[in-house]
Amino acid sequence: MKDVNVLMVGVGGHGVILASDGMAEIGMNNGYDVKKSDSLGMAQRGGSVVSHVRWGKHVFSPMVKKGEGDFLLGFEQLEAARWASHLKPDGVAIVADIVVIPISAIDGKIPYPSWDEIRGIFAQYTNQIYLIPATRISHEVGNPRAVNMVLLGFLSAFLDLKPEAWTDTIRRRLPPKFMESSLKAFIKGADEAKTMMPAKGIRE
Amino acid sequence: MKQLLSGNEAIALGAYHAGVAVATAYPGTPSTEILQNIARMDGVYAEWSTNEKVALEVGMGAAYGGARALVSMKHVGLNVAADPFFAASTTGIIGGLVVVSCDDPGEHSSQGEQDNRHFAKLAKVPVLEPTDSQEAYDLMDWAFSISEEFDTPVLLRSTTRISHCKTVVDVNKERKADLRQPGFTRSPAKYVMVPSNARVRRHSMEERIVKLRTYVEDFPLNEMLLADRKLGVVSSGIAYQYAREVFKDASFLKLVTTYPIPANLIRRFAQEVERVVVIEELDPFLEEEIRCLGISVTGKEFIPIIGELNLEIVEQGAIQTGILPAAAKPSPQPESPAPQLVPRRPQLCAGCPHVATEFVLRKIGFRTPSSTKELKKGELIVTSDIGCYTLGVYPPLSALDTCACMGASIGQALGLEKAGVPNKVVAVLGDSTFMHSGITGLIDVVYNQGNTTVIILDNGTTAMTGHQGHPGTGISARETETQAVELELLVRGIGVKDVNVVDAFDLDAIESTIRRSLETDGPSVVIARGPCPLYVKPKGTPFEVDTEECTGCYECLDVGCPAISISEDMAQIDASMCEGCGVCAQVCPQEAILESKR
Repeated sequence: MKDVNVLMVGVGGHGVILASDGMAEIGMNNGYDVKKSDSLGMAQRGGSVVSHVRWGKHVFSPMVKKGEGDFLLGFEQLEAARWASHLKPDGVAIVADIVVIPISAIDGKIPYPSWDEIRGIFAQYTNQIYLIPATRISHEVGNPRAVNMVLLGFLSAFLDLKPEAWTDTIRRRLPPKFMESSLKAFIKGADEAKTMMPAKGIRE
Repeated sequence: MKQLLSGNEAIALGAYHAGVAVATAYPGTPSTEILQNIARMDGVYAEWSTNEKVALEVGMGAAYGGARALVSMKHVGLNVAADPFFAASTTGIIGGLVVVSCDDPGEHSSQGEQDNRHFAKLAKVPVLEPTDSQEAYDLMDWAFSISEEFDTPVLLRSTTRISHCKTVVDVNKERKADLRQPGFTRSPAKYVMVPSNARVRRHSMEERIVKLRTYVEDFPLNEMLLADRKLGVVSSGIAYQYAREVFKDASFLKLVTTYPIPANLIRRFAQEVERVVVIEELDPFLEEEIRCLGISVTGKEFIPIIGELNLEIVEQGAIQTGILPAAAKPSPQPESPAPQLVPRRPQLCAGCPHVATEFVLRKIGFRTPSSTKELKKGELIVTSDIGCYTLGVYPPLSALDTCACMGASIGQALGLEKAGVPNKVVAVLGDSTFMHSGITGLIDVVYNQGNTTVIILDNGTTAMTGHQGHPGTGISARETETQAVELELLVRGIGVKDVNVVDAFDLDAIESTIRRSLETDGPSVVIARGPCPLYVKPKGTPFEVDTEECTGCYECLDVGCPAISISEDMAQIDASMCEGCGVCAQVCPQEAILESKR
């Protein structure tokens, strides 16, 4: 069993915590020791959110060490860039095409970075960078809130567990109302990974 | 059964299985979820108390009556509850009394950082510290047992990372069935702390600590792990997890009983290893206790005293002092310096009822968003308090001058006035904070003939910690209806004659009312009332910018609403975020912001 260190970052309201809870539970249900740690800015909507999820034989620290992240799931581009240095050299950045401009970028001196700039930041640490059309996919499945499922689906393609290991937990955790669209989003995310993965190098 | 539980969930479940009968708390990050979880469990009385002092007094009373009682709070809450904490230590209890203090190293969501293990030592109370959720769950039964066996409150110290991390817990117990029948046995010598009785109890406290010193020597959750004898690490709490990962080969002594410490166990450990280091978060508490045993020990020489630890900090410290060799493969460094990324500061939400009042305060206080330090004549001083509205200190609102501790705004305002500061002073605090500890401040203003204007931002909930009930809401911890304490009646009852209630979204009404209250001779209270948009649904009709009328003056941006941004040299409102509060429309000089017709 290989250790898995994942960071999930974004802003409040995008389902980061739900996704990391699910990810942690999937690890536990599949025989891993698991720890996960959430940091939320002061409780308000739209603040930055960071979740660390670790699977391993025996996990000590609930937080991933800088430079040792296997995966970074970015639910928002700027927040993803902020945590790029937590990836290890061959780590995988999976970033949703979602931009939430903070108020300090609207009237401040530092502008919101372009995707090229963000890609440049990631390129300093890894060449595995995927920009996921999560907005399109979540709309296709009829659930704009299913971005987290798209990203989890994409991540699942990199890990050894069977698809049911993921979908069983999703079924258990989600209310019936969002079940079908969430599962669709998960599968489409996994399919997207299979299309994007074969060619090595920077992918968009 | 294996479950993934946060530290707070584990504390709640552990207490439940240990037979807790009464649980009290005042919400405070990172402790809030303890009572929230207990309130969902059958057979336990759970309450949000008015403040932490009351919470602990209720817990003390319950324990006097033979019940197991759990009182939870954040670290600064124990400052508020310090008086009953010391009192409970003096009298002792009958049923178990466990006080949970959740410290916040790194001040994720706090006005200060403090290591509450000092409180335990000061009050002669034992302290237990879990290193993960499993231990938090297991420790609760021990905590109650120790409390009852030694006739003392027990402090269980958690930290943000313990409370908010989820780890795997083997839930292997069920709720105790043989709970003590409640009943009070009269014993003035124990419970009535007149000096003659207190002097006797004082001896009991010292005798108790001596007995506890022996007891902790064999405490089963303290753990000695002997591996490479060159380095012996003594550690507790979350720091233990970082240390285990950083010092892979070292010998370890994990301490769960961090006051009093097991002296003989530590001496034995020190004899087994060549060098002893202590890895602990915040103060050198264990380090100093161990040094007092005459053992040569280091720790804070290379582990910071300030802030939260993590793997990098512990590893770097160890490398710098030569305990660990420099990393063979240094963590990847970027070839060029990373570009500065724009920060995402916490801010008030779209539709927040505090925005309009803070906007008005800045306006009539004559400040600009980049206000200078020197106050001009006529500028307003705004003393503030603990709550969401404190975020109004950030631009563009920049409306506040102070924020210290719960309820302080009112006393500070009176103090500034009585000192003879020429500017007018307004105190601003929330409804929950006013109930917590603003009331006594306001009584002081009335009694001492202050002219203070107090603005109570009444959003009908304790918003910052996630919408808990408080005495003004009429909603209990179990979310049932209960008697609400009415703010207007309360402040009038205290003796404030000038009391006004305004709509928290009506800029003109807020401004004229505050201006009038500032001119009042004597104390005045303005209640700005409007619901928290995250708590009350549904939202109103969103607003939109009339692109024909917008001149791009961006005065609407001064509201600081996250739904408003700039697009093509004009203001733009994100309809999906807009709550329809209409404050921006009232600010727009062009009347270019209108309710959406779509």
